[in-house]
Amino acid sequence: MTARRPASLRRRLVVQLLALAAVLAVLLFAAVRFSAERASEATLDAILGAAAIAMAEEIRSAEGGAVMDLSPGTFSMLAAMGDERIFYRVNLGTATLTGYDDLPLPDVVPAALAPHFYSTRYRDTELRIAAVSRSLRLDTRPTALLVLLGQTRAGQSTIAAALANRAAAVGLVVFLLAVPLSLLAADNLLRPIARLAEAVGRRGARDLRPVRAATPTELVPLVSALNSFIARLRGTLAQTETFIAEAAHHIRTPLAVMRAEAELALHQSGDEANRARLRRLIRAVDDSARSAGQLLDHATVLFRADQQALADIDLGVLAAALVERFRPTAEMKDIHLALVAGPGIKVRGDAVLIEAALRNLLDNAIKYSPGETEVALALKREDGRAVMRCRDHGRGLGGAALAQLSSRFQRGPNVGDVAGSGLGLTIVTEAMAAMGGRFTLEPAEDGEGTCATLSLPLPAA
Amino acid sequence: MRFLLVEDNRELAASVAARLALDGHGVDQAHSLAQAADCLAAAEYDLILLDITLPDGDGRDFLARHRRAEHQTPVIVMTARSAVSDRVDVLDTGADDYLTKPFDFAELQARCRAVLRRRGGAAQTLRPFADVVFDPLAATLSVNGQPRELRSREMRLFELFVSAPGRILSKEHLCDRLFSFSEPVSDNAIEVYVGRLRKKLAGSHARIETVRGLGYRLTDT
Amino acid sequence: MRHAVAALARRLIAAALLAGLTLPTVSGAYQIEAEQMFGPPDARARIEVLSTTDIAIFAPVIEGFLHHNPTLAVHYVVASSQEIHQAIGQEGAAFDLVISSAMDLQMKLANDGLARAVPPDRIAATLPDWAHWRDLVFAVAQEPVVLLIAPQALAGGLAMPHSRRDLIALLRDHPERFRGRIGTYDPVISGAGYLFAAQDARISDSFWRLAEVMGRLDLKLYCCSGEMIADIRAGRLLLAYNVLGSYALAQRAQGGADSGEDEPEVIELEDFTLTLLRTALVPQAAPDPVRGAALLGFLLSAEGQRLIGEAAGLPPIDAEAFAAHPHLRPIRLDPGLLAHLDRLTRSRFLSEWQAAMDQH
Repeated sequence: MTARRPASLRRRLVVQLLALAAVLAVLLFAAVRFSAERASEATLDAILGAAAIAMAEEIRSAEGGAVMDLSPGTFSMLAAMGDERIFYRVNLGTATLTGYDDLPLPDVVPAALAPHFYSTRYRDTELRIAAVSRSLRLDTRPTALLVLLGQTRAGQSTIAAALANRAAAVGLVVFLLAVPLSLLAADNLLRPIARLAEAVGRRGARDLRPVRAATPTELVPLVSALNSFIARLRGTLAQTETFIAEAAHHIRTPLAVMRAEAELALHQSGDEANRARLRRLIRAVDDSARSAGQLLDHATVLFRADQQALADIDLGVLAAALVERFRPTAEMKDIHLALVAGPGIKVRGDAVLIEAALRNLLDNAIKYSPGETEVALALKREDGRAVMRCRDHGRGLGGAALAQLSSRFQRGPNVGDVAGSGLGLTIVTEAMAAMGGRFTLEPAEDGEGTCATLSLPLPAA
Repeated sequence: MRFLLVEDNRELAASVAARLALDGHGVDQAHSLAQAADCLAAAEYDLILLDITLPDGDGRDFLARHRRAEHQTPVIVMTARSAVSDRVDVLDTGADDYLTKPFDFAELQARCRAVLRRRGGAAQTLRPFADVVFDPLAATLSVNGQPRELRSREMRLFELFVSAPGRILSKEHLCDRLFSFSEPVSDNAIEVYVGRLRKKLAGSHARIETVRGLGYRLTDT
Repeated sequence: MRHAVAALARRLIAAALLAGLTLPTVSGAYQIEAEQMFGPPDARARIEVLSTTDIAIFAPVIEGFLHHNPTLAVHYVVASSQEIHQAIGQEGAAFDLVISSAMDLQMKLANDGLARAVPPDRIAATLPDWAHWRDLVFAVAQEPVVLLIAPQALAGGLAMPHSRRDLIALLRDHPERFRGRIGTYDPVISGAGYLFAAQDARISDSFWRLAEVMGRLDLKLYCCSGEMIADIRAGRLLLAYNVLGSYALAQRAQGGADSGEDEPEVIELEDFTLTLLRTALVPQAAPDPVRGAALLGFLLSAEGQRLIGEAAGLPPIDAEAFAAHPHLRPIRLDPGLLAHLDRLTRSRFLSEWQAAMDQH
């Protein structure tokens, strides 16, 4: 069963915004429709009511009964909006005086001269009727007069419908506009997340600096959780570093004791077989020590590679210091170390990584060269890069390729008799890779020995 | 030479001291900075071997104080840590050199020699034998006032003979001392170097005598 | 004395007619004046037409329609506007098209839901808005309501009256000449007559003064313009007021041998001249409403209008006429016309009219 991934934030936001826009559009339509109808009905009712009142006021009592003079203008006006049909009825007491005598009566008797409005069906059409009542003095007796004036509201319906359609069109336009605007808004809203992701993503693989990008309030909990996570990780790694250093100490101190004791034992031993054993023991101790050293070196390189601590480094100075460091070691085998450095070659990189790479190269060169040979280190500018070339007269690569040799714990086919951990070239490769540099290993030009080349980009002038 | 060994691990200190004594050096052990200070107050040393982590303080502080007081004794730091920052720190604070434990004693010798050479070394390093003056720091043999350059191994070979004059030193023994235990050594390597040394000693009363089946010894004719 | 009798007679007739109008009709039968069948006897279908227009006048138009529809026949029935209103309004008589000069009665039929909606494709797109009410009532001709004067009325160099004021002055100044020799529609009997009079009274107060003056001069009341025109020609009448001029003009056009000096002058009074719309509608009860609407469409079409104008002599629908002649006052085709038909209002008007007529 595959777990369902929660819907994209962007899609959710857009969908919700569109749903909201749709709801609002519908509400707008309904509101306009409703209020348009109400407004027009109110207006028309007002006019109808006024006309009914005018009609009622026009009725006079005269000898022989009531007298009315209907004005065509009133009816014309009432009919004007939308060609409405007009119906009316005048009741005096219970008798119909004039008009359409079957026009439906209202449920309530209206208050004096205040029109009462009601809707009814008459002759297969919907009518809106205003009822006005007043008192007429007929033969000194007050008689109730009821005036009903009705009109069809086809015009109103048409206008209301037209308004509603227009409102619907506006609603639709609003909704359609909402689509790109929602997308924009969603993008805008989610941009801080994208920016945060980008800012964190731009970091090196294990860049453990806290995230300092300015983020909106809602993302602050996420960022602070991320930062505390980073801090914990950094703490763990620092602890690891400390642990490694402590481990180094605790491994190396006994090894040092072993070596010293073994040499003492070797000196004191008379037995040939024992001496051979002790020599093997010492070799093993040296092996352990070297491996431990390389492992620690490797761990350091990996650690530093992710730190990306860059600085301006004068390669000449670094190479010179390193060469001086190795001179006593080289001298022990009567190996001559030569350094030829061009002036002022500066690169931007991590001193620790460069030093680790160069140190391992020199160490290898000295280790695999026979006594009384030369190891030459040349430093110069070539094709916009700083190039360090280490040439020895040792036994060469034995046909192995760099790719092989630089994999961990891999040693060349021709070095079985020399103690080595197999990590040296791995370290060089990883150190250079971390700085965007290059490392090549080739047999020396004139066949004897190896040429190891490190190159680093020179910063733009 | 006279060493002051400052190391809190007693086992290791004893081992290192015994090993150095094998080469004919005198070693005083101090197991803390306080003890080290006492020793320094009481005697003069050619070289101080200093462990960085000590129970009563960081070796670097000792270094700093040592330099400020302008004591001339060179210091080689022994460290089991290999964090680059540690190494760089150490040199910046005033150590003359450093070694990572466990170290090759031959390398220690070589570095001591280099440090002392830089420092302008004590006069007692000259070793006369017969009519030959041996300067281990300068790596020269002087025969009747004429200096003869020695290669590193040649010099070490001669030093071995000079430290035990008249004694028979086996090829094995010489091999152990001259070459690293991890290095491939050809069978006649010692013979080659003895031959070269003999050439350098030509014209002097010092002679390297082959004792068949046993080894070699330096004699005064 | 004679006048009093006549006046009484008029009152009785008025009352009777009033009663007749207010009480629901019990008789059931409406009266026709004339009828004629147009078209082939074996026609596929027959269109029933009820109209106030004389057969002689409208015949060319009917024939024009049948010329385009040779397989159809038209049964053309003529009745007065009141009878027509009775027939359609009360009895649901089976006619496919009703043409009447009584705009108000047609309007009432439409307002009361007795007119059938005509599909818009029948109606010429050029028909102005004021020439129809909804899709129910349509004007086919616009006719001024005029003053007819016999030439001998002004014998002796009397000035032609151009306004009601002039007319009042003329009548007042020459009572002997005009006594008993002036006529108009009887508003009690003639629907159109009532309409003209009511509209006239609404527009200016000169109407009542004119009515009083004419009442004093023994105004003769007629049911129809045809008789008035005939009487003028015959010399029995010098002047006819509020007459549908088209009849006079049509008769003049068709007159032929009778025309000449005896033809009355048709005067459109310049203070205002009411303009009647002769309207047609298709009743709800029409047996063949589709063909009724087809005939109506023809009447409104360019050809139909041309025939109406040239052959029938009735002025066709023409919006520009009102712009060109500002004295023409069209009677509005809208429910305002219902006000005139209100029984109280009508009885009030008629009693005032009666009072004016009773002047001597």
